[in-house]
Parts: sequence; structure tokens; C-alpha cells
Amino acid sequence: MMTSTSLVYLIALPLAGSAILLLAGRRSDKWGHLLATALSASSFVVGLYQLSLMLGRSTGERPITQKLFEWISVGSFKIDASLMLDQLSICFVLLITGVGTLIHIYSISYMSHDPDRRRFFAFLNLFIAAMLLLVLGDSYLNLYVGWEGVGLASYLLIGFWNQKPAYATASKKAFVMNRVGDMGLSFAIMIAFATMGTVSFSGVKEAVDHTSTAALTGIGIMLLVAATGKSAQFPLQAWLGDAMAGPTPVSALIHAATMVTAGVYLITRSNFIFDAAPTAQLLVVIVGAITLMFGALIGTAKDDIKKALAASTMSQIGYMILGAGLGPVGYAFAIMHLLTHGFFKAGMFLGAGSVMHGMNDEVNMRKYGALRKFMPITFATFGLGYLAILGVPPFAGFYSKDMIIETAFNSGGAKGIILGCVTLLGAGITAFYMTRVMILTFTGKSRWDDEAHPHESPWLMWLPMAILAIGSLTSGYLLSHGDALVNWLSPLFENHAEHAELLSPLVVSGLALAMVAIGIAIAFVKYSRNEVAAVAPTDVSIFTTIARQDLLQDRFNEAVFMQPGQVLTAVLVKTDEAVIDGAVRGVGRIALGSGSALRGVQTGFVRSYAALILIGAVALVAAIWVVTQ
Amino acid sequence: MTFTAPVLNYTLLSPILILLGGALLGVLVEAFVSKAMRAVTQLSLTVGTLVLSLAQVWRIHNEVSMSAAMGSVIIDGPAVLLQASILIISIISVFLIADTDHFTALAAALPGSEEERHSLETGNQVTEVYPLTLFAISGMMLFPIASDLITLFVALEMLSLPLYLMAGLSRRRRLASQEAALKYFLLGAFSSAFFLFGMAYLYGYSASVTYAGIRESVVGGSGNDVLLLVGMAFLTIGLLFKVGAVPFHAWSPDVYQGAPTPITGFMAAATKVAAFGAMLRIYYTVFANAQWSWSPLLSFIAIVTMLFGSLVAIAQRDVKRMLAYSSIAHAGFLLAGVIALNKAGLEASIFYLFAYGVATVGAFAVVTLVRDSSGEVTDLNRWKGLGKRSPWVAVSFAGFLLAFAGIPLTSGFIGKFSIFSAAYESGAKGVVIAGVLSSAIAAFFYIRVIVLMFFTDATQDGTSVQLPSFLTRATLVISIVVTLVLGVYPAPLLNLISHFSTFIR
Repeated sequence: MMTSTSLVYLIALPLAGSAILLLAGRRSDKWGHLLATALSASSFVVGLYQLSLMLGRSTGERPITQKLFEWISVGSFKIDASLMLDQLSICFVLLITGVGTLIHIYSISYMSHDPDRRRFFAFLNLFIAAMLLLVLGDSYLNLYVGWEGVGLASYLLIGFWNQKPAYATASKKAFVMNRVGDMGLSFAIMIAFATMGTVSFSGVKEAVDHTSTAALTGIGIMLLVAATGKSAQFPLQAWLGDAMAGPTPVSALIHAATMVTAGVYLITRSNFIFDAAPTAQLLVVIVGAITLMFGALIGTAKDDIKKALAASTMSQIGYMILGAGLGPVGYAFAIMHLLTHGFFKAGMFLGAGSVMHGMNDEVNMRKYGALRKFMPITFATFGLGYLAILGVPPFAGFYSKDMIIETAFNSGGAKGIILGCVTLLGAGITAFYMTRVMILTFTGKSRWDDEAHPHESPWLMWLPMAILAIGSLTSGYLLSHGDALVNWLSPLFENHAEHAELLSPLVVSGLALAMVAIGIAIAFVKYSRNEVAAVAPTDVSIFTTIARQDLLQDRFNEAVFMQPGQVLTAVLVKTDEAVIDGAVRGVGRIALGSGSALRGVQTGFVRSYAALILIGAVALVAAIWVVTQ
Repeated sequence: MTFTAPVLNYTLLSPILILLGGALLGVLVEAFVSKAMRAVTQLSLTVGTLVLSLAQVWRIHNEVSMSAAMGSVIIDGPAVLLQASILIISIISVFLIADTDHFTALAAALPGSEEERHSLETGNQVTEVYPLTLFAISGMMLFPIASDLITLFVALEMLSLPLYLMAGLSRRRRLASQEAALKYFLLGAFSSAFFLFGMAYLYGYSASVTYAGIRESVVGGSGNDVLLLVGMAFLTIGLLFKVGAVPFHAWSPDVYQGAPTPITGFMAAATKVAAFGAMLRIYYTVFANAQWSWSPLLSFIAIVTMLFGSLVAIAQRDVKRMLAYSSIAHAGFLLAGVIALNKAGLEASIFYLFAYGVATVGAFAVVTLVRDSSGEVTDLNRWKGLGKRSPWVAVSFAGFLLAFAGIPLTSGFIGKFSIFSAAYESGAKGVVIAGVLSSAIAAFFYIRVIVLMFFTDATQDGTSVQLPSFLTRATLVISIVVTLVLGVYPAPLLNLISHFSTFIR
């Protein structure tokens, strides 16, 4: 593999920004946000430069590495801190720095009234650096550093307004649930090291052939656990809704476009493991399928615009995970959906932020309505994102989501039919709840309070939204034209045998559009025809109640994990006090007792010390005599 | 009778010669410079000499020679590393010594006498501690590079005599300080006698006092084994006394407690490097082929030393005595590196010596800061709640304690890990098990001190942390940074040591 000396700048630039802003403190209040934005943008430029270099090389020579330093070297255990840029990571690099820079620009205006704007930008830069490390690390251990780094940045940003206890709690919840996933990643690394003796991607890839399927399945399942934590997949999905407590640009960048897709990256990056461990791969598909329905159902019941979008993110990542679980055919489509989703979902989140900006930070959609007239640009950009997520041709989602649906149908047998139907149904429900969001927010009669004075956001905010909207419009076509992305990524994945085609692309598209049309129609009938209540009705069916409570995910966690956990902790504390502390205190007492006894030797008299030396000398000579006889 | 002038390679000897020259200049400064200028002149002279010597060590770092002084000294990779370690540790120790508040104004005056009070009141502070320090350091520099027993003995006395004096210089509790000095001197003389006795036996065994000559006889196996074994045992006693291994340790708690704290730190850190340096050279080269005879005994001493040091430390109520016992335990850990008798063991020992030395100076630097109106407070019960009053000082002390305990992300962990793995590799499993066990015991009392500082409410008794002077602060910052950096990213130093760690014979 070719080596490079400039990869490190991708990470170093935003990292330096974060360090400068945090160390300079209040002194950088005036220019900190500009510096952070400039550094993020320059990282994007470095990314583009690397892409141009990569395009100039032949297929086999595209991946490049850079060794930073020897990180750990203990006996035969050697790990270098190295970076690797290949066809997969460059996609992520450009998404992270590109969307990241747009969101930096947006935040300059969005956060302009916040006294801590500088700190916010420092954390944003920190996030960019950590996320880049995550996708550039050349081993699971290097990835792990970035993985924890984005977790930290996410924690800091969700709780950015930590003066509100609820927000601080939300950040803690996200942190704790992420730790559960992170345990999975560390277990995966440990199993890999124990069975293969290496943790680098290339080393593991080579070792797969002579590693037992059991070990590979173990690694695969642990990687999946890691992915469910970071990407808010079932059963570790509960934190994402609460994460919306963070400032909206954070929701757009971290909890929609980039960090939450790290699970998809992890699974795609580990394709060689999952290809060799069918059980783990099947589990991936199941998790993806459950989550995409789960998220979609929650999305139908949310009145909080950000939480509705968060549920939708969960559901869309479910599509990606499902795609990645379909094996070699699915990886490229999962990544394609990830990229297009990065555009349209980030755009919609920024749109939501723009709406909140104009509505005194109101998030309840029942208090919106008729905003189309007051915020035309936001309406247009949000609308383009809406069409993209629905999968209406020729918007981005049409290309990427239909590919996943089609691949699901064609994955063979009953599995293919079940998965195909789930993804189709998901598409229909998505159409329903997204249409609901559009209607409640932008059309109908105004339902806002008298204090609200809706207005369009300044250009610094709508410009990024407009650029993302263009992405929502064009990215799908560009990435799939002539199978561009599939061919670009194909050297990284095993070649695959074609399945018999169950449904042709045209049929799949037709079915999907029909489902979407049904979803839109139901939403229109339900919300456009009737008056929407400004206060959420309470006399609703049991299903709505359950959906409003996030399908009882918190109750489930409480009943299944927290309460038994508390009982377990109580028992452990008792055991600890009685048995372990007792033993420790016992050892301590014995040690203390013998210590005090031994201290008696220390009389303070030189004569007794000299006698001790003499005795020691005699004993030594005697012992030598004994040993050598 | 003809007299042949000795051929000396002055470049290779220059680090030591510079120190001796600086020390002699120091004596002149003491005599002729006015009292107002004396302290600052001495300090700059001493630090300058040390830095110059260090620069000279750097200049000769690639030299390898057995004939620098007619075969009396060896310059090789380990020699350079050990000399550099001694100099670096000495520099940060001198920063602590610069605080004259620790030293009696007039050491020659009787404690409590009229002269003593007079010189204290008139500010007539003598500063002979600086030249003494330089003399001691030059002995320490010679100790690990000596290559015959006569030079080794001269070096031993060169480093010991000034230390005996320095132990008695404390300004407060002068009687205890002088008692410590006297004890140290008497027992030191006693152990020197053993040392000389051992030399005589080894001469009887091999008809040579040079390392090479003795080694030849050991390899050839022709001599009388009784002479070798007794000689080896007695020589070892002299060395074990210096490093404070059980049962030759008894002086160390008393001396550590009685000596002025900066001197204690210097002694604990630099003497260990010198003594273990010499010990490594002797066992790795001269006696390597007689491993069967000394390895079991040294293993036994190492085990007893580790366990004894850790156990007794638990019962200590005085921070300086606790650190003394901790240093005894560390002598045991370091013996594991001697026993390993492989390249990994040598590398690990050198790393350990440097890391431990720096952390030790840092820990004693903290001890110098905790005071009340009558001087340093070393009673651990009065350190309660230190973390709340002076978080930075307490946090750095906690860092040093964690390093002593061998907790990961500190230099102590890397040191312990590498020294134990080297010993394990060489088959000394018992030593390793005892080492890990006593590390666990030791962690108990280190962490107890941390709990005391951070999680116990303070008592109101006038104990306070002095604002560190610039130099003390420098020592603290350097030590804690080295301790943490070597814990997080030890690879460069380990590689450097690995590159240089080959004894020439």
C-alpha cells in the first residue's frame, strides 16, 4: 500500500482548532467560531485533494496509509497508530468534513446569541477530528479511539445546555447506553486479538480464512452490539430521542448525518468477518428490520418535530444496517443510502432548527401550521429533503432506498420476501409520518401563540440548507449513475454471486411508489382534511399511546435492565461488604499486624542494626555454603 | 626504577572531571565570595557544572572504550545511560537543595548553641552542601563505570562520605539529623569493611582486582570456589547495604527521616541508580558464569526485601519513613532485574531506575512543601484533606504514589511490567509472584494516603502547603510530566535504552 504524509492534516486541523478554542478561553470569543469553521473547511479541502489524487491512481493503488508513531510495543504485541484512506473512508471523510463545514456555517448564526458559542465550536471541531479518526484508523484499536472520541463529543454537545437538568440527564443516558455498545466493541477487539493475534483491518482480513466460525460469529455479534449502541439500533435505540436535547446543528451533524452512521461503517468495514459468519450476518439483518419498523412507528406519534426526525433517522439507519447485513450486494447500497441520507436528513434537521429559530424555540408541531408563507426558503429546502426521504424520483432517496428494497427482495427465499415486505411497509409508514410533519408544520391554519413572530432565517442559516437541498436532489442520481459508487467501492468487497432476480427494479420501484402514495394519502385524509388540535388529544387508541411512549422502550429498559440491575447491585454491595471487604480488611489487619511486629526490629540503636547486618552476613555465607554443597 | 605516566582519555573522563572541578571551585566560592552572593553563586555554579557534565555525556554517548583510564573504567552504552540518569536526577534534586530553609546555618556549631543562633540571626548561611553534593555525584558517576575493584571502592567512598555529612545538615530537629548522620556513617563504615574483605577474597581467588581478570577465572573455573563464594557474598553485602536491601536496610528509615528532605530525595534516587548500576555491571559481566551460586540467594533476598518493605510501610505514620520503606520495597523489585540476567532485564532495570528516581525526587519535593510554623509536617494524620486545600500539590503527590504502586498510565507501571516480565522470562517465577503480591500490598498504603488527602476532612492545626518556589515548582512539574509521559508513551525511551543496553566486557 502506498504511504502518504498528509493524511494526518485531515485530523490535525480540526483537532488544533478544538485545542486552540478550549485553551484560549474567553479570549477567542470574538474569532473562535470563524477559526473553527475555517479549519473544518480546510480539512474538507484536504479531503477533496486526496480524492483527486485517488482518482488519478489505478484501482489497486487507491488505498494509502500513513504511520504516525509506534503506539504500543510490548513484546510481540505491536500496534502502530496509523491512518488509512481507501475508497470507503474517503466517502466518509467528504461527508463528515463537507456536511460538517456547512453545519459550522449554520451554527455561526444559530448560536450567535449563546454566550458559550466558542465552547460549542470547540466541541464541534473535536467531534470532526474524532469522527475522522474513527473512519481513518487502520485497525480496530485505532477505530476504537475515534469511536470513544465521538462518544465524548456527543456527550458534551447533547448536554451543552447542561444548566437544564433534563438535558444533562439526556446526555448521561446517551453516554451510558453508548457504553453498553462500546463494551461490545472492546470484546470484539479482545476476541480478535486472542484468536487471530492482530487487530488491524488488513491482518484480520487475512486471518479470517484460518479462524473458526465460532470465533468469527462471536466477533461479528460483538461488532453488531457496538453498532446498535452507536447507531441507535434495537435494542439500544432509546437514547437517540433524548439526544435531541442538544442544539439542533448537533442533531443534524452528529445524530443524523455522521456519528450515528458509524455502526454502518463498522459493519461495512468488517465485511470480511460478516461474510464468513452467516449467523452474525443474519442477526444484522434482523436488527436492521426491527429497527426500521420500530423507528417508523415511533415517528407516526411524535409531536416534537426533532423527535419525529430522530425516529426517522433511527428507521433510515435501520435500512442501512439491513442493507449492510445483506452481504456483498448490500454494502455499497447501504453506504449510498448513508450518503444520501446524510444530505437530506441533515438538511431537514437544519430546516427544523430554522423553524425553531423563527418560533421561539417551540418544538411542538401542533403549535406550528401555515409556516410556508412565512418561511418560504425553509419550506422549499425542507420539502426537497421530504421528497428525497420518501423516495420520489428523481430525488436521492429514490435511488438509494429502492436499491435496498430491491436487494432485500432478491436475497432469496422466504427471508427475501419477509425483508422485502418489511422494507416496503417501512417506506409506506415513512411517507405517512413525514407527510404528517410537512402538513403540521407548513400548511393548514396557524396554531401558534400570540408571542410567536415567525420569520425567515438569515442567509448564513439558509445557505447551508440550500446546499444540502441541492444534495438531496442530485446526490442519488450522481452516485448511482453508471453504478458509480458500486464500482468505486467494489475492490473492497468480495465478489458476489448473483441471486436469481425475484422482482425487477421497475416492479420494486412501482411497489415502493404505490406504498408511498398510500402513506401520503392517509396522512392527507387524517391531518389536512380535519382540524388539527393545538393540544395533543388524549382520548387516543392504545397503539398511539404506546407509540407516543417510544414503544415503551424506556419501560422495557427499566423492567429488564435497570430493576434487575439495581437488585443485582444491592446484592453485590452486600456481598462486597460482607465477603470481599471482610477479606480485604482481614488481609489488611494481618499485614498491619505483621508490619507492626516487624517494625519492632527497628529499635533505633546502631548496635542492633550492626548486629542485624552481621547476622545477615553470616546467614548469607551459610546459605551459599548450603546452596553450593 | 622507571615510572610510566598513566595514559588517560580526558574526553571520556570529562563528565566526572568537570564535576570534580566544579566541586573544588565550590569550595573556593564558599571561602571567598561574600555571604550575600554566596548562595546564588553556588547554585548557578552547581547547576552549570551539572549541565556541562550532562552535555559532555551527550558528546561521548556513542563511545565505547575499556581503556579510558588504564583499564580502570569502562565507557559503554549502559555507562552513558546511567551517568545521564544520575545527572538528570541530580539537577532536579539540586533545585530542591536550593531552598536553604532546610539546612542549618552553621553545621559546625553545636545544636542549640550561641553560635548557631547568631549565624541564623545574622543570615550567615553557609552553603557547603553544594560542593558536597557535587563530590557525591562524581562518586556516583564513577561507581557504575568502574572496572576494577579498587576504583569501585574509591568510588563507593567518594559517594558515601559527602552523603554522611549531608545527612546531618538539617536546620530543624538537628539532633535527630546528626544522629542519622552518625548512624549512616558507622553502618556505612561497617559495610565498607565487608566490601573490602570481599575484595581481598576475590583477589585471593583470581590474583586480580580487575573485572576482566576475575571474570576470566570465573569462566575458567580454575580457582578455589570457597574464596570466590565468600568474596562474592561480602562484596554483595556492601552493595546491598547501599541500595537498602533486607537485612542490610536498617539504616535507611532512620536516615531518610533524619536527613534534610531534599537530601533524602537526592540520596534515595541518585544513590540507587549508582549502586544498582554497579551491581548490574558486576553481576552481568563478572559473575555471570557463576549464576548458579548467587541467583537463588539474591532471589531470596529480593523476595524478603519486597515483602518486608511493603508490609512495614503499612504500619508507618510518618510520610518520610513510609517513603523509606517503599524505597526498600523498590530495591527488591530492582533486584528482580539483576536476577533476570538477560538483556530485557538490563533494559528494564535502567528504565526503572530512571523512572523511579524522578518520581522519588518529585515525591520528596511535595514533602518539603507541607509545613507548619515549626517546619515540615511529616505526620501522615496531618496530611488529611490536603487535596481540598492545595489540589495541585496533592494531585501531583497522588501521581507519584500511583507510579510507586505501578498503576497503569504512570511510569511505574511500565517499569514494573517490564522488569517482572524480564524476570519471568528468565525463569525467576517465585520472584515475580512475590513481586506482584507485594505490589498489591504496597498499593494498599499508597492509596490509603491518597484517600487521606482527598476524602478525609482536614483537621485545623495550622498545617499548610507552602507556595512552591520557582525551582521547586520546576522540579515538581518536570517529575510529574516525566512520570506521566513515560507511562503513556514510553516507547522512545525504551527504544533508546534498548539501543544502548549492551555491557562490554
